[in-house]
Amino acid sequence: MASLREIKSRITSTTKMKQITAAMELVSASKMNRAVQNAKSYEEYGKKIKEIVTHIAQSMDEDEVKHPMLQPREVKRTGYIVITSDRGLAGAFNSNVLRHLLQTVNERHSSPDEYTIIAIGRVGFDFCNKQNLPVSHSIIGMADHPTFSDIHDLAKETVQMYVAEEIDELVILYNHYVSAISQKTTDLTLLPIVDLDEQETKLEYEYEPNQEEILETLLPQYAESLIFGSLLSSKASEHAARMTAMRNATDNAEEIIEELTLSYNRARQGEITQEISEIIGGVSALE
Amino acid sequence: MNTLSVSVVTPDGSVLNDQYDMVICVTERGEIGILPNHIPLITPLIISAIRLKKGDQIERVAISGGFLEVSNNELTILAQSAERGSEIDVERAKRAKERAERLLQSKQDNVDFHRAELALKRAMNRLDVAN
Repeated sequence: MASLREIKSRITSTTKMKQITAAMELVSASKMNRAVQNAKSYEEYGKKIKEIVTHIAQSMDEDEVKHPMLQPREVKRTGYIVITSDRGLAGAFNSNVLRHLLQTVNERHSSPDEYTIIAIGRVGFDFCNKQNLPVSHSIIGMADHPTFSDIHDLAKETVQMYVAEEIDELVILYNHYVSAISQKTTDLTLLPIVDLDEQETKLEYEYEPNQEEILETLLPQYAESLIFGSLLSSKASEHAARMTAMRNATDNAEEIIEELTLSYNRARQGEITQEISEIIGGVSALE
Repeated sequence: MNTLSVSVVTPDGSVLNDQYDMVICVTERGEIGILPNHIPLITPLIISAIRLKKGDQIERVAISGGFLEVSNNELTILAQSAERGSEIDVERAKRAKERAERLLQSKQDNVDFHRAELALKRAMNRLDVAN
C-alpha cells in the first residue's frame, strides 16, 4: 500500500486538476452560448439566401443552359473541407471528423490525385500532414467567434477551385451542432448545388438584369455562406464537446478523490492500529 | 399609408429591421427606388450606401455588395457585410483606405489589384456613409 504522504500528494494534485477542468467547463459553457447565438444569427441569412437561390433555380426553364454550379459533372477530383478545432481536450470532437474523413477517402479514392483537402483548424491540418493527405489550403488559429470576413478569402478560393474545374465536387465534413449534448459528424455536398428543396413558388419575381447574371454572383455567395454556416455550427459543437469532456473529467476527478480519501483514511487507521498494538506489545513485554 | 418592412441581414446577424417609406439602393445598372407595393424583385447590389426614408428622416447603411429581394412589401437585403452610418468605426475605415491605397500604389507583382481596389471602394463607401 502506498504511503500516507504519497496518497496525500495524489489527492492534492487531483483536487487541483479538478479545479482546472471545472473552470474550463465554465469557460466552454459561456463560449458555447455565444457560438450558438452566432449560429442562430447566421441562420436568418442562410435561410433567406437559400430561398432566393431556390426561387431562381426553379424559375429557369429546363432547356436553358444551367449554371455550372447547379449542374453535376463527372467527378475527377473532389475537394474536402475539414473543420476541426485548433486545440484538443474536446473529447472525440476531432477524431470523429478525422476518422470519417479517412473512411470516406479510403472508400472513394484510390490515389491521392483524386482529392484535395482544405483544412480549417490545426488538428485537422497536422493530421493530414502526418497521414500524407494532400492539403491545398488551410486556416489555423480561427477565432472562437469567427466573423464572415475571417473565412471569406478561403471560401472564395475554394469556390474558385470549383469554377476553374480544379475540383468537380466540394464536400464539407464537420460536427453539426444538434444540442449541447449531441453533435453529429456530418458530410455535406456543397457543390454542385443539388439539394434545393422543391417549394411552391407562388411569386413571380422580376429579375434585374436577368437570372443568369444574378446566379453568376449569387451562387458563389451562397456556397461561401454555406461554408461559413458549417464553421459556426462546428464552433458551437466544439465548445459543447469540450464542455462535456471537461464535465466528465471533473466527475472522474471527484471519483478518484473519493477513492483516494478512502484509502488515505484506511492507511491512517492502519498506522494508528499498528502503533497501538506496538505499545501494547511493549507493555506486555515489560510485565 | 403603406410602409415597407425592411431587414438587412448579413452572415454575422441582422443589422436592421424596421419600417420605412422608401428605400433607394444602387444596382449594377444604376439607382433604384423601392416604394411600397413594389412588384416582387430580385437584383444584385454593388458596394454602396442604401438610403432608407422614413418621414423626413433619411438613414444610410453602407453595404459591401449583396442582394435585394422585394416581395409583399417586405424588402430584404442580403449583404456580406453592412453597417449603419452611426455604427461605422471611422478610424478603422480610414486605416483600411490607407492600406488599400498603399497596396494600389506599390506596383508590385504579387499584389492583387482587383482585391485592393474593392477594399478601397468598401472603405471609401463606409467613410462616405459615416460623414
